[in-house]
Amino acid sequence: MTVWRLVAKEIGYRRLNFALGAVAVLVAVGCVVAVLTVLSGYDVRAEGIGDAQEARTQDIGAGLKDDARRLMLELGYNVLILHKDQDLGEFYAQGRASKLMPETYAEKLAASRRLMVRHLLPSLQERIVWPEQNEPIILIGTRGEVPQTHLDPKKPMIAAVPKGTMVLGSVLAQKAGLEVGKQVKLLGRAFTVGKIHERRGNEDDVTAWIDLAEAQELLGKPGRINAILALGCLCVAQTPGGVSKEITSILKDTQVIELLREAAIRRATRTAVGNRADQFVGLEKTGRESLRLERAVLEKWVILPVVLGCVVWVGLLALGNVRRRRTEIGLLRAMGVRAGQIVSIFLARALLVGLMGAAIGYAVGFVVAAAWDAGGVALGGKAVGVAALFDPILLAATLVLAPLLSALASLVPAMMAAQQDPATVLREE
Amino acid sequence: MLHLADLTKVYRGRAKEVRALDDCSLDAGPGEFVVVQGPSGCGKTTLLLVAGGLLRPDSGGVALNGEDPYSLSPEDRARWRSESVGFVFQQFHLVPYLTVLDNVLVPSLAKRSDGAGERARDLIEHFGLGDRAEHVPAELSTGERQRVALARALLNRPKVILADEPTGNLDGDSSDRVLRHLGEFAADGGAVLLVTHDPQAATYAQRTVRMADGRLCE
Repeated sequence: MTVWRLVAKEIGYRRLNFALGAVAVLVAVGCVVAVLTVLSGYDVRAEGIGDAQEARTQDIGAGLKDDARRLMLELGYNVLILHKDQDLGEFYAQGRASKLMPETYAEKLAASRRLMVRHLLPSLQERIVWPEQNEPIILIGTRGEVPQTHLDPKKPMIAAVPKGTMVLGSVLAQKAGLEVGKQVKLLGRAFTVGKIHERRGNEDDVTAWIDLAEAQELLGKPGRINAILALGCLCVAQTPGGVSKEITSILKDTQVIELLREAAIRRATRTAVGNRADQFVGLEKTGRESLRLERAVLEKWVILPVVLGCVVWVGLLALGNVRRRRTEIGLLRAMGVRAGQIVSIFLARALLVGLMGAAIGYAVGFVVAAAWDAGGVALGGKAVGVAALFDPILLAATLVLAPLLSALASLVPAMMAAQQDPATVLREE
Repeated sequence: MLHLADLTKVYRGRAKEVRALDDCSLDAGPGEFVVVQGPSGCGKTTLLLVAGGLLRPDSGGVALNGEDPYSLSPEDRARWRSESVGFVFQQFHLVPYLTVLDNVLVPSLAKRSDGAGERARDLIEHFGLGDRAEHVPAELSTGERQRVALARALLNRPKVILADEPTGNLDGDSSDRVLRHLGEFAADGGAVLLVTHDPQAATYAQRTVRMADGRLCE
């Protein structure tokens, strides 16, 4: 005779008591498994929806940042490179630089890998009177931005002006009666009006842009420029003088004017937009975290009462079983069965109650959850699928914890059985 | 073999004290069948429980082959019972969900032995229950139930059988059969201490002791 044989025979004899215990565990396990599985299905769907939402928010944020960047480009260049000997008083008074530099400086800068500026635009500017029109103008020769081949290509802020073409400011075009496509002469050379700018309300309105090489030829300054415009990174406003130091280390005989106001506006705007975009993503993440916490609380409030109720119920059934077997226990003790063996008889029974309830309860709970999932009642109406719902850890935890909890619930009745005085029982019988 | 010396046991209830054993002394040697006769409530069952190591006396001593069970720890006393004592009760106290064979094997829970199954079958045959081995107690007559209880008491080859009114619920033939088996056990060298108010039991005893109000007299 063994404890397990005795337990098995007793279970067969008192099937109802055993079944009631197993049903209690089954209901508890079924509820817990169904709730956890349904919630895990929700989680999968919610994660998918959340991921898509987060990606959308990130896209919107990135778009906002890009919009801000592009809008800030409208503020124009924020770095001006002039010859070292250029008198700034004269430059500001006359609006042009009289000291010239080699055009190759622009290529030299563009080739530097440690440069923090982009959009390098070499130009030759002169204030002249347009002899054919008898109009004072600002003539600017430009070849477009010099490519920095080691960096990702960026859309130029100012496009190159094709040879033989002229781009005009609006006031100038109006005064000269010029339209796009018209032929016009400048310093004896024929040009076609390629584009007329909208009115800008500054000296650009009286500016004529032509190809740099043609300007150099017309002004008799071949291979020479008097300014290089550039766009510094956001750090221009953060570390004044940094860009200047960097450029003059490459081009020794130049001086750099950092247009700090523009740079500061650009930096502040882009930072603000960036922060706002990051804030949106952060809010999205916080929202999801909050949902996870809500889920954890919900789980706790569903699982705790169900498990507690089950433990109490199994404990009461075990107590009833002990009371019904009072004489049997007294007899076993009289025959020399030890207290520990009596405890093990009741704990083994409780383990079997828990194991059977857990196995069937898991199956029932999972089937209910799978049916719920397949019914499309969940968020988005899209089933997650049985494979995604199945959690081997939950199955293992159920098969281990339910029998353990059942045994725990039966521990006190088992101890009571073991402490029963056989003499009292046998005398009373 | 079994030596009971100056045993006193008092039950203390709320209303009054009951002196169940009052300075009782008794010996049962190997091969001796001792019957204690007395009316209900005279302390017979208490005497058996004390002798069987189940109820500690207020005073006096119990010894079986010189070993005092009450000097042992509860666990060792349980082992002592499983090895030395066999109990037979008036109510049989068979486990209702076990077959005859399994009921006889119940003491092997306390004392494991490889030959328990074979001995249980031998005992069942010996007591004329061979065709009842797979029956449960509810399917047996009262006489058969008591023989199952007797077989169970003998499984672990005890030194002494303590029997409490074993024939109280039996008809004459069944009583004779049970008493004869107890006599056989004594004849094989065991000691039997049987308490009863059945006068028929005395015919099988080597010695009969009377008990009244917790006191023994030869």
